[in-house]
Amino acid sequence: MSRLSKEQARQYWRRNLMLMLKLLVVWFVVSFGCGILFVDTLNQIELGGYKLGFWFAQQGSIYVFVVLIFYYARRMAALDKEFGLEDE
Amino acid sequence: MELQTLIYLVVGFTFALYIGIALWSRAGSTTDFYVAGGGIHPIANGMATAADWMSAASFISMAGLIAFMGYGGSVFLMGWTGGFVLLAMLLAPYLRKYGKFTVPEFIGDRYYSRAARAVAVLCLIICSVTYVIGQMKGVGVAFSRFLEVDYGTGLLVGMAIVFCYSVLGGMKGITYTQIAQYCVLILAYTIPAIFISLQLTGNPLPQLGFGSTMTGSDTYLLDRLDQVVTELGFHEYSTDVRLSTLNMFAYTMSLMIGTAGLPHVIIRFFTVPRARDARSSAGWALVFIAILYTTAPAVAGMARLNFMTTIEPAPGQYLAYNARPQWFKNWEKTGLLGFEDKNGDGLIQYSADQSVNEMVKVDNDIMVLANPEIARLPNWVIALVAAGGLAAALSTAAGLLLAISSSISHDLLKGMLMPQISERAELRASRIAMAVAILGAGYLGFDPPDFAAGTVALAFGLAASSIFPALMMGIFSSRINKEGAIAGMLAGIGVTLCYVFQHKGIMFIESTAFLGNLPQNWFLGIEPNAFGVVGAVVNFTVAFAVSRCTAAPPESVQELVESIRIPVGAAAAAEH
Repeated sequence: MSRLSKEQARQYWRRNLMLMLKLLVVWFVVSFGCGILFVDTLNQIELGGYKLGFWFAQQGSIYVFVVLIFYYARRMAALDKEFGLEDE
Repeated sequence: MELQTLIYLVVGFTFALYIGIALWSRAGSTTDFYVAGGGIHPIANGMATAADWMSAASFISMAGLIAFMGYGGSVFLMGWTGGFVLLAMLLAPYLRKYGKFTVPEFIGDRYYSRAARAVAVLCLIICSVTYVIGQMKGVGVAFSRFLEVDYGTGLLVGMAIVFCYSVLGGMKGITYTQIAQYCVLILAYTIPAIFISLQLTGNPLPQLGFGSTMTGSDTYLLDRLDQVVTELGFHEYSTDVRLSTLNMFAYTMSLMIGTAGLPHVIIRFFTVPRARDARSSAGWALVFIAILYTTAPAVAGMARLNFMTTIEPAPGQYLAYNARPQWFKNWEKTGLLGFEDKNGDGLIQYSADQSVNEMVKVDNDIMVLANPEIARLPNWVIALVAAGGLAAALSTAAGLLLAISSSISHDLLKGMLMPQISERAELRASRIAMAVAILGAGYLGFDPPDFAAGTVALAFGLAASSIFPALMMGIFSSRINKEGAIAGMLAGIGVTLCYVFQHKGIMFIESTAFLGNLPQNWFLGIEPNAFGVVGAVVNFTVAFAVSRCTAAPPESVQELVESIRIPVGAAAAAEH
């Protein structure tokens, strides 16, 4: 079994959940928020030839998704290190 | 060189390349399978995952659908990429930590029940078969154009080739072949897009070109597109909502959680060396997928514009049928493009109004393959696109068939019904299962329930309503027990399947649909393709309710849940 105490394991999981929650909020806002729910409002703004809402739906959300995953991977790697879980 | 000869040459060359790489890497070392698990860089693994994931639906069908759906097509773009975020955070690292081969195996252990495993196998087969039907549509379209025959014949030839390709086996599992396939596929997709973007806007990056002004004018491409489609009575491209905001929301959510619940995608993350590599590997996979997915909307918009302006070069002035270009004639042969001179004036009137529209058949699935011809790109580009389409369709179809046959022979026969089965008999069973799946999917592919991407969307809905909730609850709650999980999966997939069948026909045979596929019959106006999310909500609710009323899972299972949440420690899954 791992070298974490029960309490440490609980804390590790809690921190993971908090990070996840924050990132999932961003995930939701860029796709469902900007791309679908508030698309009409955002379409008032233009980004070059793109209407902004349309841009989020067809381009922007995808870029944000990529950034989100790498950010999560990096933050979790740091968390693993903090709890001494990075070596194998 | 003659276009048709060139197509044969390029397709032949790419096939020789895949087979060559497969043979070479197999001859190199028989332990390649193990190395693929441990020694392959996350970037390479991400590329292979991307090739595995992007199917005929992504390559051939998606941009064509977006071309005719406009803004509404965004559901595919967001849905099929956003799911990777869920996968990277909610499932992949924990399932990797657990370290078994198949998804039903995890469900069987986590819910300490062979019945749960059997239900998971059933769900997996239903999703995968639906998915293969969608692939078959793509294979049929690609082969009918490639061989210049009608769609049905193209489908038959495609079925035969998919069968040979799948039976070759192992080939699919070799990472290097998939990397080659990814390269062919992405070149075939982006090169024509770059050409067309240059042609129309002078900007070589399609992602930017789509938001730029047209060459030689200061009108934005998107504004021009909006203008052209509205002139013929179609809805404005950039604001064309798919049915309703709620429907778009449900559609996107179904595709996202379906992506995270599709067994053949999840399996990819079992092969990375450590749990934390599963996180970054999902990121790399999404990078390679995003290259195609951010190009696709530009391809869609530009293809639509070129298509419209070919038929109606100037407002009110239509193309004469006798003067139709070669690509028009080629696609007429496949039966996927059809013209009917309703008013007998020899001109092609194209309109949103069905009573005067003379383009009686425009199959959305032909757009990507026809696009370079419509834009009059050089022949070698057209040939490359054909090769890319075939690569996408064949690789994913073969992968899915392997998933189906292995779940039948490994999980069902060896794992449950006949544990004493010999290895040879197991192999034979898996071949038979594969043949049956191809025949079944091919038969349904003659009259598919939707365009290729639409059919695949149904498969995602089914995965979203069954497998994703079971996996997620298995990791995030130690209270869900076997009764809850089984009831949840059955209720989720049951609700979704009933909804799909009542509108699309039992087993997708249209005449058996007892409620017509009409918007007024839809629950809250949600179309069947988007219903997976409702099934998922049902699944979660039923599982929670039933688990509350029955005994908690045994101590050992609660320990298991706690151990998979920590990335290292406990038994490493070394033996794959």
